[in-house]
Amino acid sequence: MAEAIVLIGTRKGLVIARSDGDRRSWNVEPMQFANQEVYAVAVDARRDPPRLFAGVGAGHWGPTLAHSDDLGRTWTEPEGAPVAFPQGTETALVRIWHIHPAAANQPDVVYAGVEPHALFRSDDGGLSFTLVAGLWEHPHRPSWMPGGGGACLHTVLTHPSDTQRVLVAMSAAGVYRSSDGGTSWEPANRGIQAVFLPEDQRFPEYGQCVHKVAMHPSRPERLFAQNHFGVYRSDNGGDTWQAIETGLPSNFGFPLVVHPRRPDTIYTFPLLADVERMPVEGRCCVYRSENAGESWQPLSAGLPEPPYYAAVLRDAMTSDGADQAGIYFGTRVGEVFSSLDDGDTWSILATHLPDVLSVRAAVVA
Amino acid sequence: MTVRLVVPTALRDCAGGSREVSVEGATLRDVLDDVGRRLPILERRLRDERGLLRPHVLVFVDGVMLRSEGDLDTPVHDGTEVFIAPAVAGG
Repeated sequence: MAEAIVLIGTRKGLVIARSDGDRRSWNVEPMQFANQEVYAVAVDARRDPPRLFAGVGAGHWGPTLAHSDDLGRTWTEPEGAPVAFPQGTETALVRIWHIHPAAANQPDVVYAGVEPHALFRSDDGGLSFTLVAGLWEHPHRPSWMPGGGGACLHTVLTHPSDTQRVLVAMSAAGVYRSSDGGTSWEPANRGIQAVFLPEDQRFPEYGQCVHKVAMHPSRPERLFAQNHFGVYRSDNGGDTWQAIETGLPSNFGFPLVVHPRRPDTIYTFPLLADVERMPVEGRCCVYRSENAGESWQPLSAGLPEPPYYAAVLRDAMTSDGADQAGIYFGTRVGEVFSSLDDGDTWSILATHLPDVLSVRAAVVA
Repeated sequence: MTVRLVVPTALRDCAGGSREVSVEGATLRDVLDDVGRRLPILERRLRDERGLLRPHVLVFVDGVMLRSEGDLDTPVHDGTEVFIAPAVAGG
C-alpha cells in the first residue's frame, strides 16, 4: 500500500506528516530535531526505500546533515562530518540550504548548497560530501554579496541526461552553470534585472538576487526563475531570460515550482515587496501559470481569508511527483496546505507549527 | 592526563547519553582532539572544521572560563574538570 510523506522543516525542528496514497487525511507526527532549524529537507526517490535528508542547524552547536533510510522514523548522522569545508579554505560551514539528489543516471550523486556560497558533491549517496572547487575558486566569488537571508547557495539543478551539466543559484550572486561537471562555471543572468542597483547598472553579468530556479526534467532547456523582483523564463538553458510576470499582482516572491507532470505549469506565491514581505492585499494566494508564464491565475479556494500576512519561503513549496500530483506549501505562521487538483482547491494539512522553512513530499509505493 | 568532560544536556545524545566522559590530554586542545577521536559528533558540536570553538560554546576548566582561543593551550591535570555550557544567547 502506498505511503505519502511530507517533510516539513521548521525554525524549531522537523515535522513529518504521513498519509496513504489517497492523501486525504494526514497524521502529523511529533517534532524531531526539536529546537533546531531545518532549512533543507530532501527525498532521494532513486533509492528503495527513498533516503530522506534533513539539513539541521543546532544553534550554538553548528550545522549538520542527517539522513534516514526508514522514511523518517529514525535518523543517522555520520561520524565524519558529512558537509565540511576542507583545510586551506579557512572557512566554516554556516548553514545547509539545499539538498539535491542528481538525476537517475548518477544514482549516488547528491549535491548540497550551503552558506557561505558553496556547492558540495557526494558520490556515496549523501553520506559524505566534497567541496566543488571549481565554483569555490571562481574569480567572481570575492565580489558575491549575501542576500537578506545570507550568502547562500540555495538551488541546484542537474540535467536529466547530461551528467556534466549543473546549474546553481545564489543570493545575491545570481545563476551560474557548468557544462563540465563542476570544473568551470559561467554566470547565466542575461536579461535578469537587479533592481536594487543604480539604474545604469541593472543588468550586470552577475550579482542578481535570484530566489529560486526550477526546471522540468522533460524540458531541461526551459528554466523558470523567481527573483528579488522579477519572474523569468529561459528557453535556452540560461543563455538568456525573459520576464513572465504579466498577470501577477507582484513580481516579488521566493518559491517557484514546476508541476511534475505538466512541464509548462508553474506555481509561485507573490509577496508585495522586499520591504513588505507579505501577501499582496493580505490574500493568501498561490499563482499558477499553465502556459509557461504567459498568463497567471490566482488560486485561493480553501486558503485562509484575508488578512493573511505570512510569506512562503523559497524551499517551502513543492510537489510529490505522484501521477495525480500533490502540491504543497508551508507558511511562516506554521501552516501547511495541500492540493490534489493542481491548485484549484487547497486543504490544511498541518497547523500551529513553527515557521516553515522547507517542504518536500513523496508518495512511496 | 585523564580529565572529566562534563557534557551539557543538549549534547548528551552525542556522548552515548552520558553526563560525563573521561578523555585524555596534556592541554585543553589535546583534550578536544581526544574528544574528536572518541566522540567525533560531540567534538564538532564544540569546534568547527577550522578547529575553532564555536562562538556560543563556553568552556570552563576547573571553574575558570576560557576567554580566547589561546586559552586552548591551558595545561590540564589528572582529574581536571572541563565543563561545557551553551552561552546564554538568543531569545
